[in-house]
Amino acid sequence: MEHYLSLLIRAIFIENMALAFFLGMCTFIAISKKVEAAIGLGIAVIVVLTVTVPINNIIYTTLLAEGALAWTGVEALAKVNLSFLGLLSFIGVIAAIVQIMEMFLDKFVPKLYNALGVFLPLITVNCAILGGVLFMVERDYNLGESAVYGLGAGTGWALAIIALAGIREKLKYSDVPAGLQGLGITFITVGLMSLGFMSFGGIDL
Amino acid sequence: MGLRKILDRIEPHFHKGGRYEKWYALYEAVDTIFYSPPDVTKNAAHVRDGIDLKRVMITVWLAAFPAMFYGMYNLGFQANTILAGMGATSVEGWHGALISLLAGHDPNSIWDCFWYGAVYFLPIYAVTFIVGGLWEVLFAVVRGHEINEGFFVTSILFALICPPDMPLWMVALGISFGIVIGKEVFGGTGKNFLNPALTGRAFLFFAYPAEMSGDAVWTAVDGFTGATALSVVASDGMAALMDKMTWLDAFYGNMHGSIGEVSALAIFIGGAILLITRIASWRIMLGVMLGMIFLSTLFNLIGSDTNPMFAMPWYWHLVIGGFAFGMVFMATDPVSASMTNSGKLWFGALIGVMVVLIRVVNPAFPEGMMLAILFANLFAPLIDHFVVQSNIKRRLARG
Repeated sequence: MEHYLSLLIRAIFIENMALAFFLGMCTFIAISKKVEAAIGLGIAVIVVLTVTVPINNIIYTTLLAEGALAWTGVEALAKVNLSFLGLLSFIGVIAAIVQIMEMFLDKFVPKLYNALGVFLPLITVNCAILGGVLFMVERDYNLGESAVYGLGAGTGWALAIIALAGIREKLKYSDVPAGLQGLGITFITVGLMSLGFMSFGGIDL
Repeated sequence: MGLRKILDRIEPHFHKGGRYEKWYALYEAVDTIFYSPPDVTKNAAHVRDGIDLKRVMITVWLAAFPAMFYGMYNLGFQANTILAGMGATSVEGWHGALISLLAGHDPNSIWDCFWYGAVYFLPIYAVTFIVGGLWEVLFAVVRGHEINEGFFVTSILFALICPPDMPLWMVALGISFGIVIGKEVFGGTGKNFLNPALTGRAFLFFAYPAEMSGDAVWTAVDGFTGATALSVVASDGMAALMDKMTWLDAFYGNMHGSIGEVSALAIFIGGAILLITRIASWRIMLGVMLGMIFLSTLFNLIGSDTNPMFAMPWYWHLVIGGFAFGMVFMATDPVSASMTNSGKLWFGALIGVMVVLIRVVNPAFPEGMMLAILFANLFAPLIDHFVVQSNIKRRLARG
């Protein structure tokens, strides 16, 4: 139990997807102008990560990893290593999950669906999602760990984008030099935010 | 008055079309330092009060003085005591030359100690003030906004949290980062979202960890390693700290540390001034206290066999390290804190919880006040957002 808790906290704060690894920057910058939209996207990312990381974990451990096919009982398959198909199948699973979620939102929360616009399908290629899956493979998480890790990584990313949206709403009233307006000042803001998040660096859980 | 006449005579040169049009910001700064501006509010709303940004900032600046003067004395006292223990009678380098010019090394002489501290602190402060001031004036002149006294506060707070021994070029680099990236790229005072003094300090902290943290940097004697109270507890536990000092020692400030942070008493005198004049928000201070007391007591109850920091009670958290200084001067920065009333409480509580969390749980940083405040600054606008939203909701429900 304690192990899962520390994994969760590490994924949220210490190894924050957005502010420690700078993953998922395109959506991070693009959908952070309004807090409401950021919360919506944040929740979408949490859901997608929490679902896709364990599913990909199952696919990887039962189909793709070296020797994973041993459960079939066929001797020829026992030594097959399909991990080169990893990226392909991970992206496929992510795309499918995002499609399902898009239909769900379109039907039940049309307002959020419109606010997210093109960025909802783009979650498919959001590097934070694929990054979460690849970290799971790299660190050999088991099924339970990957579910917790997916939840934590998504929550951390959501927290970061919501905080950024809050700051950007405040920065609307600031007087930024012409050359830095828009993207420039946002990048500086994100850099300063990760300075604040460094308070967690070094915590050894 | 002569000065007023001189200012009035040269004023037209600085207006649009005048010879020194570009330097208006500089003229305006000099004028408003000596005289209050003649501008008055012409339409609603009318609030009759003499308070303005200038007076607010100058009050904060003055409120930091007790901590500063005591800090200078204490710096010299600690150093002279160590020197006496080593049997040394002088310090090498230009610091030493300046010290022996006007004073000796007697730890019992107030003047000796004070002068020792001044020789270390004043160059840091001067560099902070001059370099930071240059950036401020440069941005004001190029971008056409006013120079304002917020910079007085930033510079003194920055200088007070630096290690006394640090190289002066590093001071210049730190305050440049704080002023330019932390504040001016957002448009100057009131537009930034992080405390500029802390931004510069954190930048130095991560860029030059060897010079900015650890046990060797807090005493102005070469080659001497004096652990700060927090690192004593982190490595040897509360009992080791109590051997070294009593709670009252720590409260009065008889210990190693940066100039501003050592004396909780001097800081609370400044804090009282800020509270009585209602410049600092009591809600934020209360929030910080409550958050700190809550989490440190919780850690006391949980306890830990391996981590002695768990056992540190809240009244020790209060007096050692930068907690008091951060609570009184940094957390209450009106620009980077939350603006709404209940938001201020939450903002303060977040700082209090974070500071204990970093001090106790994070072995990489013995001190957590700076990072806790920066972290809370990130969430301050968000806290405001939710407070405003819930107010709107409540009023709608009321009909």
